[in-house]
Amino acid sequence: MTILTVPEAETSPSLTRRTRVFRRLRRNPLAVISFVILAIAVLVALLAPWIAPHSVEDTDFGNIFSPPGTPGHFLGTDDLGRDVLSRIMFGARASLEVGLLAVLTALVIGVPLGLAAGYFRAFDAVIGRFTDLLLAFPFLILAVGLAAIRGASLGNAAVAIGIAQIPGVIRVIRSDTLRLKSLDFVAAAVVDGASDLWVLSRHILPNATSVILVQATVALPAAILGEAVLSFLGLGIQPPDPSLGTMLATAQQFAARAPWAATLPGLVIMILALTFNVFGDALRDALDPKGDR
Amino acid sequence: MARYLLTRAWHSALTLVLASVVVFLGIRALPGDPALALAGEDRSPEALAAIRAEYGLDRPLTVQFGHYVERALQGDFGSSIRTGIPVSDMLRTALPVTIELSFLAILIATALGVGAGVVAAVRRGRPAEWVANFLALVGLSVPHFWLGLLAILYLSVATGLFPASGFVPFFEDPVGNLHHIILPALILGTGLAAIIMRQTRSAMLDSLSADYVRTAKAKGLSPRAVIGRHALRNSLIVVVTIVGLQLGGLISGAVVTEQIFGLPGFGKMTIDAVFQRDYPVIQAVVLLTATAYIVINFLVDLVYSLIDPRIRVAGDAA
Amino acid sequence: MTAGARILEVADLSVSFVTESGNVSAVDHVSLDLAPGEIVGVVGESGCGKSVTAMSLAGLLPRSARVTGSVRLRGTELIGAPETSLRRVRGKEIAYIFQEPMTSLNPVLTVGRQIGEVLQVHERISRKQARARAIELLSLVGIPSAATRVDNYPHQLSGGMRQRVMIAMAVACNPTVLVADEPTTALDVTVQAGILEVLRDLRDRLGTSILIITHDLGVIADIADRVVVMYAGRVVERAPVTELFAHPHHRYTNGLLNASPTPGRHAGTDRLQEIPGLVPVLTTQPDACTFADRCPAADDTCRGSAPPLAALGVADHLVACWHPVEAT
Repeated sequence: MTILTVPEAETSPSLTRRTRVFRRLRRNPLAVISFVILAIAVLVALLAPWIAPHSVEDTDFGNIFSPPGTPGHFLGTDDLGRDVLSRIMFGARASLEVGLLAVLTALVIGVPLGLAAGYFRAFDAVIGRFTDLLLAFPFLILAVGLAAIRGASLGNAAVAIGIAQIPGVIRVIRSDTLRLKSLDFVAAAVVDGASDLWVLSRHILPNATSVILVQATVALPAAILGEAVLSFLGLGIQPPDPSLGTMLATAQQFAARAPWAATLPGLVIMILALTFNVFGDALRDALDPKGDR
Repeated sequence: MARYLLTRAWHSALTLVLASVVVFLGIRALPGDPALALAGEDRSPEALAAIRAEYGLDRPLTVQFGHYVERALQGDFGSSIRTGIPVSDMLRTALPVTIELSFLAILIATALGVGAGVVAAVRRGRPAEWVANFLALVGLSVPHFWLGLLAILYLSVATGLFPASGFVPFFEDPVGNLHHIILPALILGTGLAAIIMRQTRSAMLDSLSADYVRTAKAKGLSPRAVIGRHALRNSLIVVVTIVGLQLGGLISGAVVTEQIFGLPGFGKMTIDAVFQRDYPVIQAVVLLTATAYIVINFLVDLVYSLIDPRIRVAGDAA
Repeated sequence: MTAGARILEVADLSVSFVTESGNVSAVDHVSLDLAPGEIVGVVGESGCGKSVTAMSLAGLLPRSARVTGSVRLRGTELIGAPETSLRRVRGKEIAYIFQEPMTSLNPVLTVGRQIGEVLQVHERISRKQARARAIELLSLVGIPSAATRVDNYPHQLSGGMRQRVMIAMAVACNPTVLVADEPTTALDVTVQAGILEVLRDLRDRLGTSILIITHDLGVIADIADRVVVMYAGRVVERAPVTELFAHPHHRYTNGLLNASPTPGRHAGTDRLQEIPGLVPVLTTQPDACTFADRCPAADDTCRGSAPPLAALGVADHLVACWHPVEAT
């Protein structure tokens, strides 16, 4: 509707796109809050070995199932008398580790395939079938298969989650490549005799960064949740290594006796995923050239 | 439409073949001698030889694959190496549970998701939208198995309103069956509901600002008719595809949910099989999931082409 | 044609939009009127406020719009009227035809259903009767084999046919006023003439008053009885069509006419591009002639106060200019 496209009065037209995105993010309270929480979470995860009050494997059988608030054990202890706060810190560290690994896997494989599918018509159909094939194996089933073949581990969980996220990456990169390919400056570069690789790496990939970034913020919380599920089922991180998922699996057996042990790790997973999702939404809004919605 | 469906059918068939190759090769990728893996407890040379002969493990891979497909088509997935029960029998009891759970979860998710999505789009910029958006974000971010744990802890154990675990077949006791399955279905549905809500909202925002909605308003239609008949009908087309694509996530979710609520379904069977290294069962589960995903998405395309006239009549467009 | 009772009277209509970057004024004290069976053309560049004016008549602007002034339909005030009574006006009294016949029709409903819908809302008839009426209407607007076309979906029709469907939908309840917002812009030149013919034919047969919004003077010359020229949200000139083409008083009108030839030429071959500069986007309406920056005759008077719309020469030829082009 023409009447709604009243041009936005540019207050400072010299601003670059990047500064505008940052400014929009700074102005969005949700973006700021989620960013701060994420920064704290990352710091805690990185510094866990130094700041955790106890070792994750220190058992204290005289002191099992202490409730939160117990002196020395701020969030209580678990069935073996291990400090819940310390295990949550290390668990969050593992969550982020698996999340990053999974998303990296998905991007490293998905981005080139997405670029190829969007840029070269000949590859589109083949990559399309490959995507269909991947979609047919849900991440849990992939993880089941991988665990059957190679055994359950943090790495295999990350790979299973990452592989399951490849189709999503291919889809968004492909459609963005199609869009960019039709733009004048890319057509001009092609007319000027630039090689395909040059056009892809110099023109299309840099412009697709924002899409890749948004996709990463969508994929990360999903990967964190995926890790928790797999570890809960015993297909991911193996005890006694701390993971929020395995903590919940143990706590499930003693839920009636120590409800906090079944509540806290889940809360942490949710907060991690929620802040990533909120920040991802804010980032997408800030990157949206339309500026509204 | 025929042409569109033919292409889709061809793609589905191709994916199905590829998927079965992947599963077949996956089994061959098992560490060590597959005969050993398939043998279970009895590892005498005679038993191993019998297995090699049964599965044709001494023949070329292509022949083995042909044999494997042939057996799969007949519903013969071998027997559990732990219990000796044919995998097809195990599936026969487990699948109905999972199908009922997933079906209910989809119903709940669609009702909640579409409803909240419409409200969020129509009440754009008002508190109702913020609440709906926030709930959707939480639904996306909450680990469902944890939600399940909390539900058991605070709803089942504490109040006794719902059974904490177990299952009654629908045809034996419909009320008891629903009583057992409603809570798991609700919890399995939350994530899907969040996804559907967000898709519905954005599709509704698109269609609410579309020219044909302006036309509908200009005709003097009531807001209800404008939203329901014009905007929502167009948005639902998007939602149908989403449900199909989210099926993978739903299957994953069902596995966990069954594990938590102790439902004797497909998921529990899968997890038990992994820990018991019950390879014939794992193989059947993986192959069956992939097949289900492919077939159901083909059906979704079929439905899609029925709701969207642009595809239905693409062949005879002027 | 200009005499007689006024069906539609718009007086001092102003519209502004509340946006993130402050208020944007889109329409500033616009006045115009429409007699029974009359075709009035509103012409101007995109962004001059002509579409906003059209949409505000039946209260179709988004919530962010602030509308003041008066729109009277047969004496009944529509500005500020409750939504329920506006709904009875829309489609029944004031009907609309929009620019993009592809996107303005719902892709998932048959054209028969979309036409029938108006009838069902306003005339309480059954779905079956509505369908029969839809077929009649389709043949009225010149669609061949209407009985089969009625079950078509929009994408199965050509652009010209879709616009005919839009017209059929608009005239279904025999409205008093038909507002056609750029009805031919998206169409091929040959199809345009056919659409204008249908509109003229409807006016002759049903006596519908038509307000046609366009940026194309060819369309105006072809169909309108009177013309309203708008610039930056204001009416700058208003006159009967032959008078305006013969003696344009405003330099903006003059520029438009120079950019496209005389009455009688074929519709839609030219666009208004030859006046240097752009229509300004205004956050507030200045007390000055908004055209001053692009006008060759502008002086300090023009930049210091806004010219009123006043008669010059012939009684029904109004112009808002401090230094009008004199009649020769």
